[in-house]
Amino acid sequence: MNQHRKNEILLTAPTLLWLVVFFVIPSFAMLLISFRPANVYGGIEDGWTLGAWQALGNPDYPIILWRTVRLSLITTVICLAIALPVAFLLGRLEGKWRGTLLMLVIVPFWTNFVIRVAAWRVLLHPEGMLRQGLVHLGLIHPDTLLLYNEGAVLMVMVYTHLPFAILPLYAAAERFDYSLLEAARDLGANGFRAVMRIFVPGVSQGLLTAMALVLIPALGSYVIPDLVGGTSDEMIGNKIAQRALGDRNLPQAATLSIALLAITLLPILVVFLINRRERAESR
Amino acid sequence: MKASRVPALILAVVLAFLYLPILLLVINSFNEARYSSTWGGFTLKWYKALGTWENRDLWSAATRSLFIALASSLSSMVLGTLSACALHWYRSRLQRINHGVLYLPIVIPDLLMGISLLLFFVALGTSLGTGTILIAHITFCASFVTVVVLGRLQGFDENVIAAARDLGASNWVIVRRVILPLLAPGIIAGGLLAFTLSVDDYVITFFVTGPGSTTLPLKIYSMVKHSKDLPVINAISTLFLALTFLVVWLSQRLTEHQPNRDSR
Repeated sequence: MNQHRKNEILLTAPTLLWLVVFFVIPSFAMLLISFRPANVYGGIEDGWTLGAWQALGNPDYPIILWRTVRLSLITTVICLAIALPVAFLLGRLEGKWRGTLLMLVIVPFWTNFVIRVAAWRVLLHPEGMLRQGLVHLGLIHPDTLLLYNEGAVLMVMVYTHLPFAILPLYAAAERFDYSLLEAARDLGANGFRAVMRIFVPGVSQGLLTAMALVLIPALGSYVIPDLVGGTSDEMIGNKIAQRALGDRNLPQAATLSIALLAITLLPILVVFLINRRERAESR
Repeated sequence: MKASRVPALILAVVLAFLYLPILLLVINSFNEARYSSTWGGFTLKWYKALGTWENRDLWSAATRSLFIALASSLSSMVLGTLSACALHWYRSRLQRINHGVLYLPIVIPDLLMGISLLLFFVALGTSLGTGTILIAHITFCASFVTVVVLGRLQGFDENVIAAARDLGASNWVIVRRVILPLLAPGIIAGGLLAFTLSVDDYVITFFVTGPGSTTLPLKIYSMVKHSKDLPVINAISTLFLALTFLVVWLSQRLTEHQPNRDSR
């Protein structure tokens, strides 16, 4: 082995070995454990079974998986719809303003995640100012709760994931040539049409990244439905946590996690394939 | 072209949406009234309550969080720097595998990393606690540090190494006197990112923690979940906010000022 190769291995080995032991092997271990029986002490028994996989047919799980996908997709669409005009504006601004406003968008996310979700719990609290005010103005019924429902889950999911949509779209908008929009207007397109037909395709790469960066963590949500959702708003993350730490059925937690992983890999695969096709086309 | 006002309006609404809950939280931490619906006058009593005997477990949780964040950011600085150098300087099949393994922890939901580590530790019979939390944090932090240091390496002038070698510097001297000082801002920025990620983490820690190893986010979560001592949570959150601002501000300064120094 030559010196070059030896240096490469010396540089690569520590981190790669660490990640193989604590990331790659645990991922495969999860697959193995999903075929093991659980024992009564909350551990894993020897032997093989399809029990945990068959239990996925339990009507609760498909409903919750579908709810997870639906809420994550709605969150992604709302985030992209808000982030597009914001990125459009930030990309068009001059350097100084752009930097300041971008900072203003990012700063709230320096706050601890749990605290941000907790802040919404305070804001939407039944005794809180917001609900009392809305009831007072007659905008909502005195019995309406702002917390513990799907609306609250969606609102907080949009809140926590928004910067993941804004940042990649902003990066794409920064490279976008805004004079193209003027050209389109000169040719008779109205402003909205010009933006939809020229700006949106122009930042398609950013849209794709934004979609993946919102959709993937959203699918793995656990804290938000747990803190601001009701019992009928549970997502797959809540079920995984309940199986793993509540009633301690580890094989069941493993099968649910693999189901979540499979759903998560789908958008990753889509982005990967589209990127590869675009690279092949540009060659 | 006359710019439409619509995007500016949307940005204003978005900023209000982003700041409203946090501002409310900070204001309520100084609110005399126990329930946030009314303003009962300015007070520091919730901050004073933080120092009392009843809240001592908050402080032990905070100390544990800081220790874990410090240890995992330092370890991941070493691991991340090594792997960034490997990825940057070598093009081989090994590096393609390395690349995939390093990026996956960033891409998949953190919940999945938490559960797979829990299953792994249980299968091995490892007792859960501060040690397993530390392992989990180093695992996700290493990838993030790698990405940050790799960014710094992209602007690296390879001629500097060649020049040092021509001048007779040994490999060790080159690493210590040339490469490390040039990479330092990237390594430190990566370390600060790792620190904030570690201090912030709830989901992964929740899965791999054991009895008696409560971190600050875990402690705050259980207080929030049981709606216990909400004003005290507001106070500690505000302090936490101030600390995070300090760390991020520092890391921003480090990454911002570096290009100027290079061009001089």
